[in-house]
Amino acid sequence: MSESQSQQSRDDRVHAEHLAHHFATPTQQRESGKLGMWLFLATEVLLFGGLFCAYAVFRANHPEIFVYAHRYLDKTLGGVNTIILICSSLTMAWGVHAAQRGQQRRLVAMLALTLVFACGFLGIKYVEYEHKWKHGLLWGKRFQPTGLHEQSPDQSAEVHSLAAEPADARPSVAMSEGRSAIPPPAPGPAGLADADEQTEYPPGRPPNVHIFFGVYFLMTGLHGLHVIGGMIAIAWILVLSTRGRFSGAYFTPVDLVGLYWHLVDMIWIYLFPLLYLIH
Amino acid sequence: MTTSSLTYPDRIDGPDGARGDESYLGGRHGLRSWLLTLDHKRIGVMYLISTLTAFLLGGVFAVLIRTELLTPQRTIMSADSYNTVFTLHGAIMIFLFIIPSVPAAFGNFVLPIMLGAKDVAFPRLNLTSYYFYVFGALFALFAIALGGVDTGWTFYTPYSTAFGGQVIPMVFGVVILGFSSIFTGINFIVTIHKLRPPGMTWFRMPLFLWALYATSIIQVLATPVLGITLLLLIAERVLGVGIFDPQFGGDPVLFQHFFWFYSHPAVYIMILPAMGIMSELVSVFSRKHIFGYKFIAYSSIAIAVIGFFVWGHHMFTSGQSSVANAIFSALTFAVAIPSAIKVFNWLATMYKGSIVLHTPMCYALSFLTLFAIGGMTGLFLGTLNVDIHLHDTYFVVAHFHYVMMGGVVMVFLGGLHYWWPKMFGRMYSETWGRIACLILFVGFNTTFFPQFVMGSQGMPRRYFNYVAQYKPYHELSTIGSYIMAVGFVIIAVYLLHSLFRGRRAPANPWGGGTMEWQCASPPPPENFDQPPPAGDPYDFTDLVYDPQIEGYRRADTPDHQPAGRPA
Repeated sequence: MSESQSQQSRDDRVHAEHLAHHFATPTQQRESGKLGMWLFLATEVLLFGGLFCAYAVFRANHPEIFVYAHRYLDKTLGGVNTIILICSSLTMAWGVHAAQRGQQRRLVAMLALTLVFACGFLGIKYVEYEHKWKHGLLWGKRFQPTGLHEQSPDQSAEVHSLAAEPADARPSVAMSEGRSAIPPPAPGPAGLADADEQTEYPPGRPPNVHIFFGVYFLMTGLHGLHVIGGMIAIAWILVLSTRGRFSGAYFTPVDLVGLYWHLVDMIWIYLFPLLYLIH
Repeated sequence: MTTSSLTYPDRIDGPDGARGDESYLGGRHGLRSWLLTLDHKRIGVMYLISTLTAFLLGGVFAVLIRTELLTPQRTIMSADSYNTVFTLHGAIMIFLFIIPSVPAAFGNFVLPIMLGAKDVAFPRLNLTSYYFYVFGALFALFAIALGGVDTGWTFYTPYSTAFGGQVIPMVFGVVILGFSSIFTGINFIVTIHKLRPPGMTWFRMPLFLWALYATSIIQVLATPVLGITLLLLIAERVLGVGIFDPQFGGDPVLFQHFFWFYSHPAVYIMILPAMGIMSELVSVFSRKHIFGYKFIAYSSIAIAVIGFFVWGHHMFTSGQSSVANAIFSALTFAVAIPSAIKVFNWLATMYKGSIVLHTPMCYALSFLTLFAIGGMTGLFLGTLNVDIHLHDTYFVVAHFHYVMMGGVVMVFLGGLHYWWPKMFGRMYSETWGRIACLILFVGFNTTFFPQFVMGSQGMPRRYFNYVAQYKPYHELSTIGSYIMAVGFVIIAVYLLHSLFRGRRAPANPWGGGTMEWQCASPPPPENFDQPPPAGDPYDFTDLVYDPQIEGYRRADTPDHQPAGRPA
């Protein structure tokens, strides 16, 4: 047999192995898989959509909370995490490309690299969460800010300002960053809105600052769970690739896991500016 | 000669189709073969059994409610127990019965066969979806065993975040059930897109598939919002996040927005598949081509789309702005239009048709009457100034029971009787079928019509006691519920009886034109070797009744040969 003919018969064998009985052709199977995964991604968008909606509602009604509290997030760490996830999407896409070309070693390497990046992301998130936990910068009823002297003077002073009465806050920091282009919130129905919010932004801590941290932990927490889920899926694909399961004729699972991973990256790309880069 | 291309090399032919052991019911035996099956037909049957069990449980709670309300004061239970009982009735009926019922039980069974396919696109996802249903149900049962929930099936905050009983396991169960629903939806959308046979364009599909497609779109887009809403509810309870709690700057009405953003489209998940079945029943039992195919198809999509924008009509009295109220009211009126279009198309289908009053048709006719009433009363509720008076009264209860029970459940039963011969290879007693339908119809109206009246007179819903002026209505309503219970028992008895003693069913007992009637009753495991040629599913011209097989066959097959036999 000629080279292309033997490749064709190898492909046919692979196709036959991987073609489920209810599909007529491998193309039908592959396209069905992709459509199914895109639909699943749509459900994930709607799932996070609820949280984005909550973010929008609370920020529209209390912009001063978001403006004030987001300063306690570390933009650098967040930025690094963003780069990390974008790189992980690159390695994932590269892996899919390698699978498509039957380059098993490269596929395995790319999947492993993706996992390394994902671990890096989770590591930085752990650092961020740990900082907030230590300073009591948590949600709702667990919001109990405390000072911490070992930190840099900037950070401790700012945490102090959260814990102390509004008058203690460094006015220059609060005033320059607190002045935003967002108009004051509409007066809420009686009983739900604080009287303060109907006037100029208070120079120090606005009431209900913990709302920001609640939103922050819910959104990044759910995202983090999805990162972990994605890592499990990638690890499974990695194991299968080391066993030579994928080739140019059949790499759909790699493709689909790649799609999922890109969505996880996309969601973070929205989360980062919304939480970290508020002006 | 027959034009079908079915081949069953080792089949033993009876005069009326394949025998049980060659069908999907025979073959691999044992519990494991069912619990690990990938056959969409077996999964459909398991869903059918599970949802009917849930219906029984929800029905028991319903009878308990009605018995309690027989007298104005305490009858058989305390006020707290009553709150738990109506909550569980609602939650079980909605999440464990009505949402999965038609898509998961009938959709799973019929959809691939209607496409001439061997299975759905993702059989393993299908089985996973069933297991999610089971796990969700187990969580709900666990919550019930630990004392239940008394928040109402709507789980409104702040009561559900502060008190409410076993909210967390119940709500977590609902989240899991939501994923079952999502996976079913994904499966159906991909199957309809990718597994249609050659020649079956979108507008040559049976209308039941259009209905399932529209339903699946809603399932995929709306259910995740319920998921996140209930997860937030759990987070609020466990962690005190503060999103719905005014004490922490949260907003309890936000929960209502999130909740109804799913739960309104959910009612279209309930009704659209039922309307799909209606298109099949009305056409087949009028022996006439469906009228207005494209209008019916497009109206399913229109209902799905518009249905996403009307959730605020559950919240007219919640304090939202007049502008919001007006917009939601206008959109609510708009969403009624596609439903009405369908009703008129079905009536036009029946006009000058040869109507045969088999049991499924009796249920279809019940639907037409009862859904018309339920739908129109929905418009009363969608009218702002009227809703001020009717919100949270028995008028609302009557409205949704007319559409959900008088609508969905009646057609569920219609579909059950229509596809029973196909699924189990047996015919049931037509006489008892019609009798039970009549009993249900009478019982249903006796139960729920008085509720319209007392609701309009101010009887609030979810109330344990009431003042004496409502007593005659409650008594009548309770008697009606007992009549319905009798009807359901009768149905259970003759259907179960038919499994053992019923006449064996031919391939096409009703003369249907869709593909499932071209394979044996019950179907073989792989449905078809090759899909039958795709024609017009509502063309009955060459289907003739053959008394020898007591069923229909294509006019071009030789006499006395069952439909589906190879040439």
